[in-house]
Amino acid sequence: MIEQYIPVLLTIGGTGLLGLTASLLGVFAIVREQSLLGDAISHAALPGIALTFMLTQSADPFVLLIGGAIVGVIGAIFARVVVRYTPLRHDALLGIVLSVFFGFGLVLLTVIQKQAVADQAILGKFLFGNAATLLTYDVAVLSGIAICICSIVLLLWKECKMLAFDPQFAHSCGYRVLTLDALVTVLTVCTIVIGLYLVGVLLMSSLLIAPAAAARQWTSRLETMAIIAAGIGLVASILGTTISSFGPQVPTGPVIVIVMSICVGVSLLFAPHRGIVWSMKRTRKTTQ
Amino acid sequence: MPITLFIMCIAVLVAYAASLPGTLLLLRGVSLLSDAISHAVLLGIAVMFLIVQSLTSVWLFIGATVAGLATVVLTEAVVQSQRLRYDAAIGIIFPVFFSVGILLISLYARNVHLDIDMVVLGEIAFAPFYRFTLFGYDLGPFALWSGGIMSIINTAFVVLLFKELKVTLFDPNFAHVIRLRPRLLYYLLMTITSITAVGSFEIVGSIVVVALMITPAATAYLLVDTFGSLLIGSSCISMLSAVIGYGAARIADVSIAGAIASVTGVIFICVLLCAPRKGLVARFWNTYMARKQLSHKLIYAYLRDCPQCTATKQAIATALQWNTRFVESVIADGVHSDALSVSNGRVTLRR
Repeated sequence: MIEQYIPVLLTIGGTGLLGLTASLLGVFAIVREQSLLGDAISHAALPGIALTFMLTQSADPFVLLIGGAIVGVIGAIFARVVVRYTPLRHDALLGIVLSVFFGFGLVLLTVIQKQAVADQAILGKFLFGNAATLLTYDVAVLSGIAICICSIVLLLWKECKMLAFDPQFAHSCGYRVLTLDALVTVLTVCTIVIGLYLVGVLLMSSLLIAPAAAARQWTSRLETMAIIAAGIGLVASILGTTISSFGPQVPTGPVIVIVMSICVGVSLLFAPHRGIVWSMKRTRKTTQ
Repeated sequence: MPITLFIMCIAVLVAYAASLPGTLLLLRGVSLLSDAISHAVLLGIAVMFLIVQSLTSVWLFIGATVAGLATVVLTEAVVQSQRLRYDAAIGIIFPVFFSVGILLISLYARNVHLDIDMVVLGEIAFAPFYRFTLFGYDLGPFALWSGGIMSIINTAFVVLLFKELKVTLFDPNFAHVIRLRPRLLYYLLMTITSITAVGSFEIVGSIVVVALMITPAATAYLLVDTFGSLLIGSSCISMLSAVIGYGAARIADVSIAGAIASVTGVIFICVLLCAPRKGLVARFWNTYMARKQLSHKLIYAYLRDCPQCTATKQAIATALQWNTRFVESVIADGVHSDALSVSNGRVTLRR
């Protein structure tokens, strides 16, 4: 009896873990004003994945994702370094990294298509996600990585918090701000890259920041925000996956994004204190 | 006219049309709205397709433009409410539009030729085969016409509103005071950005159009300083990338759109390194020279205060807190320019 539910359970487990991890790091992305990093890195990872495939001919998604993560980190560092030494803004540089790396990835993909090697179907999975056909192996590796990322963040919670709110203070306390910054960026990139395999290039940015943006409306404490964000990330991913499993043609990634965005919308409108509806009511009362 | 020339013309027109709104977005500091708009148009296309059941209707075009604008309006509204910052608002709102678009297509339009690959990746190589026919006459590839019209609209926008755009982009408050309606101008800019994104995505894809909008503008920004030269520079760089990218793609037989995006990136890197004043090499060279001059002045000032204007290298190193190698190199420079002399380990100021 239970065998027929195993694929669905695997998908739910995989996306739930991803939602949890991504929203935990998304909290820092929101606080540090790096919300669009997810969008940029998820696109920038494509040439890394394609290059790794050309070099190793491997069909193991996680081998390819390592290549994607390396190129993603290069892209993130490029934007951070160039913004220091030129008058260009960070968002323009992220846009350049996003589109140029992706374009180069397209070039590599056409090169691979010409080689006519087996297993190249795996590359298509990174564009639109692969959550519906996860294997036990995928979920096992995924949970390993997710647990590692989460425990590093929790162990370094105090340091990450200082880095997010007051990097100068952290520096004056003797913490290595640059190393810490690089570590948080690497963890974020790793999460984004795993997300690529599950929900695809195009929807990862939302998965990273939407739960944190919703949680921000409910509280002004980082710890509470992280707990709420992780909760929303977990529940929305599981809910989205469950909804999409009812129909054979419903893609998982978009449904998760829509569920998360509804959470953001509700939080923006109705969260206590910060809700737009309440503040409109207050304005009306004062004008009367 | 051979097919290859058609494709190159289309690529150049699209590159030119995209570079103009891209430059304005860069100056306004909202470059990534181009990414948001180019993704959000999918929803407009999907909805309109479900209503009119045709892929060649002008309604698709209108729907897509409206969807692009709606993303901007919604993003602005969230930012205005001060609940989320600008980047977060962009990053959350356009994926919603895109997701709903994908969902509608996969639920209701599975068996039609409207696949997401086409929207995201585009295919310029097939563009010459979609012909534009009017009253039974074949008037050439459709993409050539749409590229030409986009170029004309964007050029007209920039030329006719040149002065208004300049004032609004550099000093929005002043523009508001002299009643230039900066908000109206902003939404006009977003409208032409939407039109450009819609017109380009089926040719080069929704991500490469972002490369054509942002990268040439950023490249030109490192080279020139005035508004007019920025527009001209970015459109030239964009068209040059299209030509080189197309040529490279023909030779290597790879994705044309991808090659064009890669070339914009290569040009950006070259300019980033070698630009005369804002380039990285120029910057580091200037910093290096300034440091060198300052260290010479410091060593002269120190020696002038010493008895008989002379001191040991060790004393200089301790007094100025430099390491000995640096002291050696500065002294060598001083000796070379005849300002210092060295005899048995003592350095003397010669003037």
